[in-house]
Amino acid sequence: MARMTMIEAIRSAMDVSMGRDEKVVVFGEDVGYFGGVFRCTQGLQQKYGVTRCFDAPINEAGIVGTAIGMAAYGLRPCVEIQFADYVYPAYDQIVSEAARIRYRSNGQFTCPIVVRMPTGGGIFGGQTHSQSPEALFTHVSGLKTVVPSNPHDAKGLLIAAIEDPDPVIFLEPKRLYNGPFDGHHDRPVTPWSKHPLGEVPEGHFTVPLGEAVVRRPGSAVTVLTYGTMVHVAEAAAGESGVDAEVIDLRTLLPYDLEAITASVRKTRRCVVVHEATLTSGYGAELVSLVQEECFWHLEAPVARVAGYDTPYPHAQEWDYFPGPKRVAEALIATMEA
Amino acid sequence: MSAPEPLRLHVPEPEVRPGDEPDFSHVQIPRAGSVPRPPVDVDPREIRDLAYSIIRVLNRQGEAVGPWAGTLSEDELRDGLRHMMTLRAFDARMQNAQRQGKTSFYMQHMGEEAVSCAFRRALEPGDMNFPTYRQAGLLIAGGYPMVEMMNQIFSNEADPLKGRQLPIMYSSKEHGFFSISGNLATQFIQAVGWAMASAISRDTRIAAGWIGDGSTAESDFHAALVFASTYRAPVVLNIVNNQWAISTFQGIARGGSGTFAARGLGFGIPALRVDGNDYLAVHAVAKWAVERARRNLGPTLIEHVTYRVGAHSTSDDPSAYRPKTESDAWPLGDPVIRLKKHLIKIGAWSDERHTQAEAEIMDEVVAAQREAEKHGTLHSGGKPSTRDMFEGVFATMPPHLRRQRQKAGV
Repeated sequence: MARMTMIEAIRSAMDVSMGRDEKVVVFGEDVGYFGGVFRCTQGLQQKYGVTRCFDAPINEAGIVGTAIGMAAYGLRPCVEIQFADYVYPAYDQIVSEAARIRYRSNGQFTCPIVVRMPTGGGIFGGQTHSQSPEALFTHVSGLKTVVPSNPHDAKGLLIAAIEDPDPVIFLEPKRLYNGPFDGHHDRPVTPWSKHPLGEVPEGHFTVPLGEAVVRRPGSAVTVLTYGTMVHVAEAAAGESGVDAEVIDLRTLLPYDLEAITASVRKTRRCVVVHEATLTSGYGAELVSLVQEECFWHLEAPVARVAGYDTPYPHAQEWDYFPGPKRVAEALIATMEA
Repeated sequence: MSAPEPLRLHVPEPEVRPGDEPDFSHVQIPRAGSVPRPPVDVDPREIRDLAYSIIRVLNRQGEAVGPWAGTLSEDELRDGLRHMMTLRAFDARMQNAQRQGKTSFYMQHMGEEAVSCAFRRALEPGDMNFPTYRQAGLLIAGGYPMVEMMNQIFSNEADPLKGRQLPIMYSSKEHGFFSISGNLATQFIQAVGWAMASAISRDTRIAAGWIGDGSTAESDFHAALVFASTYRAPVVLNIVNNQWAISTFQGIARGGSGTFAARGLGFGIPALRVDGNDYLAVHAVAKWAVERARRNLGPTLIEHVTYRVGAHSTSDDPSAYRPKTESDAWPLGDPVIRLKKHLIKIGAWSDERHTQAEAEIMDEVVAAQREAEKHGTLHSGGKPSTRDMFEGVFATMPPHLRRQRQKAGV
């Protein structure tokens, strides 16, 4: 075991994968010589050569489009989009192409690619460096969507994503890169070295896609969440005094329905939390699933805490961000309902 | 100084519209054989004029002339004629089948048969095309069975794509034919990626990308040129300029650029224009570009100058936007007639043999159709199962989709 930040864990996942399989190639904007603006690919070009880790032109459609062609050839590209906010030029390639190629060619061609991108806010990135676009991917048939919440899972999930036979959207909460973040932006940053999930095996291991995990056991209410908000929800549980069970979904699609229903049937209450905007967000799907599967067990309406339906603001970042106070209020309201 | 006049927006218009006399006097057509053939390792800067000319081999008398002639034997030329005639007969039957309700949709190649049929001959087994919907000649000339194509068109129980894809959006990995997308231009950059992968893997196989004149306006076209140029990808990038993007004349996509081929010049990519209705010229240029790719000399951009004689698709009526007689006025003629004339000129063919071949080919197409129809057509006979609809979204069906399938009762 080693102590790793989320950046180091993600880098280690690519390193391990490239070492095991020469079909794995890594590219994107600034990822080659420099090692990525967040340093996730640092040293990979030096170790594996310029044809396996290289800089790409600033053209997201081109990055994903070439990755799809490479996958059709038989490689396993793991590409980086510098910020999730920049992925939209590649959306056609992801939605109409990567997600559909297996289906439309009846398996003659497949698309085992990973599209990594930093997601979410909390770094004063304004509206073009803070978005959480996961619902734009979970709505698309043929894609898998993953959001890790800690270094251990980030590494295991990324290796699983690279080895997966289908395209995977891998959203990395950038506020978690260097330490767990519980939403208390005014407090000192704690590093991953002090967090148990900063302990990461150095070699190969996987966290299977499609499996959620109970991050904080509890009996009063289930919180369904992922990414940065896992830590916010844990803080909210502690601060509100509500014994919440925090479920870290880890993979949004395919989702772990058994873990969701087992917890909600036990606690009989549910709060869904995400950083992304509220309306038509992934949380709407979770609420639907809970009411379809657990309606007769519920003691209270299922609540949602999410980003407001505004563009992600700059100066008002902490008014916008659904921090522990808002989550705690929802927990208390759900208990009182 | 007086104030400048108000700004004007320029919206290009074709020279003629329905009711006007067709006029192609603006299409500059060099004499056959007049364009030089540079060595494949030429410095792209030395051949910039090839992006503004048209490479032609067959002259009006049906002779093969100039430095691009002589790449094919008599047998190969007869084969090529047969491929084009087969594609034309296939189109005629399938166009008709659509009218009879046996399929929902069809797209024919009339006038453009030489482009894909001749290009295919320049490729080796293992090379990969990333085609548009108007390159079925790659399949016909590549030996893909017509019955399979028809099974796909009819979406019947033997459809190799299980009814999931629109008619004519074929896919055959074995025949070097990537799954066609209905979203335009996406395949162009994928071709570059495939070629990059081959180079990364130190393979010898190359890729060919295909795009229409209208779709060169898509961002993916420009992405493809950037990536191909940057990484010197072993890829041949083909623009099929058939003058019309549904109802939009090529000037809307071309804008102020002299030609589509000239788009390659800013990227340092050798760019050639070829007479797309000249089987020999298309083959010679394809061979030149394929050799460049294979010899690590990088990408080539080819503009095939041709004319879409038929409607865009079975859902289109060209008489609404262009003169009815425009195709007769197209100055580069008909690719089938031109190759036939050449073969007769060199004593390798005759009118009698041509008539006989037409009959034989139609018999083959009709026989294939009969065979395919045994497996059903769109609205009658065998069809892919509802269960097939749920399969193949992922390698392994995820639980949520399994639940939906169970709920659907299949």
